[in-house]
Amino acid sequence: MVSEAVIWSIFLLPLGSFMFAALVVRPLFNRYSLISGLATIGALGTALGLSIWTLRSAILGHHLEFEPLKWLEVGDATIEIGLLVDPLTALMLVVVTGVSLLVQIYSLGYMKGDPSFSRYYAYMSLFTAAMLGLVMSSNIIQLYMFWELVGVSSYLLIGFWHERPSAAAAAKKAFIITRIGDVGFLIAILYLFTQAETFSAAGLNAFHIPDIWMAAQAEAAAGAIIGGTALTWLALGIFAGAAGKSGQFPLHTWLPDAMEGPTPVSALIHAATMVAAGVFLVARFFPVFEHSIDAMTVVALVGAFTAVFAASMGLVMNDIKRVMAYSTVSQLGYMMAALGLGLYAPAIFHLVTHAAFKALLFLGAGSVNHATGTFDMRYMGGLRKVMPVTYVLMFIAGLSLVGIIPLAGFWSKDEILLGAWDGTGLVDTWVNRVTFFSLIVGVVATAFYTMRMIILTFHGEFRGGIDKEIEDRSSDAADDTNHSAHGGIHLHESPLVMILPMLVLGVITVVIGYIANPQWVDEFGIPKHWITAFLSDGLAEAKNAIGHHETLEFSRGMALVSTLAALLGIGLAVLVYLKRRRLVSDILVLVKPVHILLTQKYYMDYLYENLMVRKWFYRVFAGTLDWLEKNIIDGTVDLVGWFFRNIGTAIGKFQTGQVQTYATVIAFAVLAIILALLLVD
Amino acid sequence: MSVHDFYVLSPYIAMAGAALLIILLDLALPKKGLLPYLTFAALAGPLLMSVIQVIDLGNATSLLEGSDAFASTEPSILLGVLSVDRFALFFNFLIIGSVALVALASADYMKNMARFQGEYFALILFAATGMMLLAAATELITIYVSLELTTLPMAALTVFLMNSRSSEAGIKFLIIGAVSSALMLYGMALVFGFTGSTELAVISEAVGKATGDLPFGNYALFVGIILMIAGFGFKLSAAPFQMWVPDVYEGGPTPVIGFLSVASKAAAFAIVIRVFFTGFFDVALDWGILIAGIAAASMVIGNLVAISQSNIRRLFGYSTISHAGYILVGVAAGVKSGESIFKVPEFAPIGLDSVLFYLVAYAAANLTAFFAITIISSKIKSDQISDYTGLSARNPVLAILLALSLLALIGVPPTGIFIAKLYVFTAAVDSGLVWLAILGVINSAVSAYYYVRIIRVMFIQPSRDGEKITASPAPWLALWVAGSAMVFMGIAPGFVMEAAQSAVEALPV
Repeated sequence: MVSEAVIWSIFLLPLGSFMFAALVVRPLFNRYSLISGLATIGALGTALGLSIWTLRSAILGHHLEFEPLKWLEVGDATIEIGLLVDPLTALMLVVVTGVSLLVQIYSLGYMKGDPSFSRYYAYMSLFTAAMLGLVMSSNIIQLYMFWELVGVSSYLLIGFWHERPSAAAAAKKAFIITRIGDVGFLIAILYLFTQAETFSAAGLNAFHIPDIWMAAQAEAAAGAIIGGTALTWLALGIFAGAAGKSGQFPLHTWLPDAMEGPTPVSALIHAATMVAAGVFLVARFFPVFEHSIDAMTVVALVGAFTAVFAASMGLVMNDIKRVMAYSTVSQLGYMMAALGLGLYAPAIFHLVTHAAFKALLFLGAGSVNHATGTFDMRYMGGLRKVMPVTYVLMFIAGLSLVGIIPLAGFWSKDEILLGAWDGTGLVDTWVNRVTFFSLIVGVVATAFYTMRMIILTFHGEFRGGIDKEIEDRSSDAADDTNHSAHGGIHLHESPLVMILPMLVLGVITVVIGYIANPQWVDEFGIPKHWITAFLSDGLAEAKNAIGHHETLEFSRGMALVSTLAALLGIGLAVLVYLKRRRLVSDILVLVKPVHILLTQKYYMDYLYENLMVRKWFYRVFAGTLDWLEKNIIDGTVDLVGWFFRNIGTAIGKFQTGQVQTYATVIAFAVLAIILALLLVD
Repeated sequence: MSVHDFYVLSPYIAMAGAALLIILLDLALPKKGLLPYLTFAALAGPLLMSVIQVIDLGNATSLLEGSDAFASTEPSILLGVLSVDRFALFFNFLIIGSVALVALASADYMKNMARFQGEYFALILFAATGMMLLAAATELITIYVSLELTTLPMAALTVFLMNSRSSEAGIKFLIIGAVSSALMLYGMALVFGFTGSTELAVISEAVGKATGDLPFGNYALFVGIILMIAGFGFKLSAAPFQMWVPDVYEGGPTPVIGFLSVASKAAAFAIVIRVFFTGFFDVALDWGILIAGIAAASMVIGNLVAISQSNIRRLFGYSTISHAGYILVGVAAGVKSGESIFKVPEFAPIGLDSVLFYLVAYAAANLTAFFAITIISSKIKSDQISDYTGLSARNPVLAILLALSLLALIGVPPTGIFIAKLYVFTAAVDSGLVWLAILGVINSAVSAYYYVRIIRVMFIQPSRDGEKITASPAPWLALWVAGSAMVFMGIAPGFVMEAAQSAVEALPV
């Protein structure tokens, strides 16, 4: 069994490497900035070992409950700091330290030669420490503090290349939009403060997370302390915070812009861990959410809508990282939808698998960028010949994202779809149905944009990379954003230090699906439905109920449906992108006699892509969504900003600088107060 | 006046004595550069006496003879006029600490003061004397005199830059200060007319007997209290009495403005709490809602107007208005409407605990910001936010400290103001002011917009002028102390919180 000190050191190790990099290496030995990288990797390697030990302890069913420390007393409320290590936390610890470790190793290559190498590792360590603190918090206020700290470090990392105005703007957008969601979260916490007395009367602490779970249980000794409408609003407040962090509609706009940060940052923070913190938060308070059908319905529908909405945007992006960003938003939508339907274990399982394959995809994008200098897929192409390893790995990760058997993504997505179809009885049937069909449509879209991305990047002919991009840009002249310049073109495979972490993630992507083990009994030493059982037992323990986990039996029918949906998307992408390119190259080679025929075919292809896909599908469907995004959502955000700025200016008009005016205002203010009080009375 | 009375007054005498000492030394001293350090050293006197008094006080309520702990002795002539209790001593430490840091931070800046450097430090010390007295005063005339003792030196300090902006700011401060004083004096006269006394203890008894059907029970009290609120509103820089703030913040010397925004504001809150909670508590339900309204107006106006500011000091002027609003939320939360059928106000100490805690946390964060701005502005000779570009390259540590203080002012953990805001809003919710707490939370989110903008400017492209920004060790020390306090209070708030709680317990509500 692990001791308290071990779990604390998982958090303290990256914190130590942050301090070491920020306070020792950067000011004193900045010439040897490699030390910060190695120190971070060492700290994270140790933390990963300890996390695995913790997970093992949790799997063995050790009772990991520790007495919290008293931190503050505010009125009736006692705020504590402590550890909450349940299966969810244990799993998250391994995911965060594992992905973080691999990303830090990769960064040794990717960030090589960057003048701010130490600063980069300092921020990355700070982020990892904050994220680990977040998942192990036993107290909602402690959790909130790490929640904000995670936001701050994400802000620092998005704006890491702060000499680019677009990066600084993206960082600010991310910080502010997530804070809009946090208003809801903070109000939920304030509500708990009002209930502190009631809680302590029942022998509970209003901020201790297991006590909050307890308070929501109708079966609890004193009856539900929080229930009814209050519980719904509490849950929705928490969900608002979660939606902001996890980029759920309508707070998703910051995530694609956040791609301005270095690519390994996108892999760690904006794909695998931080954006999943919202999902984690809802999962953490799942025993509260499940007592409110309304809240669950909202979570499910927002998640389902986000899944389709974001995937449709992914279809039209030319920037490889933006395709992935929308894909991340969409996949987070899957997880949220699953939680909303009551599929606790499948949602977290998908979080885990997604962390692996999406991190791999991002690292692959970084590798591609390393070779071509650009992120624009229009200037890539043909890379499979020069970067075979990256190609194979990204292909595997892509198929996993699409959900092709037997890769990780298949198993987790399948459980969600199966659960959505079967229904869990926690929400109305129509919600189940709507969610299911949205998610299936999402699968088709996912398959399409993933294949499009792979084909445009790796197949066909190389289309010039950053040099061509700059050339085209300068002919455009107007557009001079320099957002993707990272080195020049050197078309070859990335260095070993970058390839190795990708290989590890690739292996994980292939094998991790089997922890679900839906098909076989006790093979490979993994019990049937292991992950579901592990997580559900943790949840059941939280509710003081006897371990009853609803396992979803593997269904061949559902596997067929989801595979067909995926193949449909892949087929469309292949038809549109791969086939046409081959024909275009044929035209170049063949002589006139066959030309007409080919033109005919080309014409059909042209018709197919331009009229059907581009004109009809893109322009009408995706275009509408894009328009909505640009005009309605961004417009609303801008309008709110505009409104506040102008109100501010209008009030500022009173500020004439005339001291007489000021005195007059005071006099009138006094009169107004007197009159107002008299009238009110 | 007995010897014991002199002992009771010793921190105040020591502070005023320090001011006189600085003036004398200024005459004799050939090297003016030593003045900030001498000022810093001279604070040992008031600090030592305050420490002795805290120890001496123990668990008693007041140091004065004739009060509870000393009931057997001849009553002191100060009884009813001053109350040197834990509440007053809490503010002594806050004010002395702020003065010490401001003196150090002025080491480079005071070269702008030409030949008036001695007067500069002496006036700061005189203002501090007034502030300390204000925190202890329990009688209207004493309050008025102490208030003027803080306002007049501050007005003089505002014009110290001797340029047109600075002079304009000083005149505005003086005139609006005078108008506010006049309103307050008139209010005090009305209250005296109704209650027949200027001592808060006696006033408190008489106020309870006002049973009219209108707000505050009586017209004299009604108008009197509102006029007093207007007078205090000026010192608190709360809306709608805030109009002078941006002009003065823009024109005055930066360290002075930092001092004004922290110590002067703290003293004003001390006296508002003292007067309203120990003098007018029986009509608390009437002024409670008024304070809540002023809090709401201050938060909204401060944050909204701050968004469109381009001058950093003007922006901080509006920022300080909004923070006055947050702190007033805590004051309003000190009153709970009782549960009996007669609506009797109930005292909720947690509201005032949160106010005291917030004041210390705000002092740390705001002083950090102002010290950083002082160092920057004396180098780049500009207060335009747009001129802060590339600060991260010109002095990364400075840029990071300023950025941290801005995050602190938003209320991002782990800084003191995060805890303070949580504390204040909790108190508000606890006292049934849920709308005010929610408004406060929303305002905090809005404020992120303009604070983050500064951070963004600092970390964008290199500035036109790549010259490093440097400062001598004293301002750096002040900056580091304030910055560390700001973070420390976010991680281990227990000490200040307990001090605040024990200070509030000393109030005879």
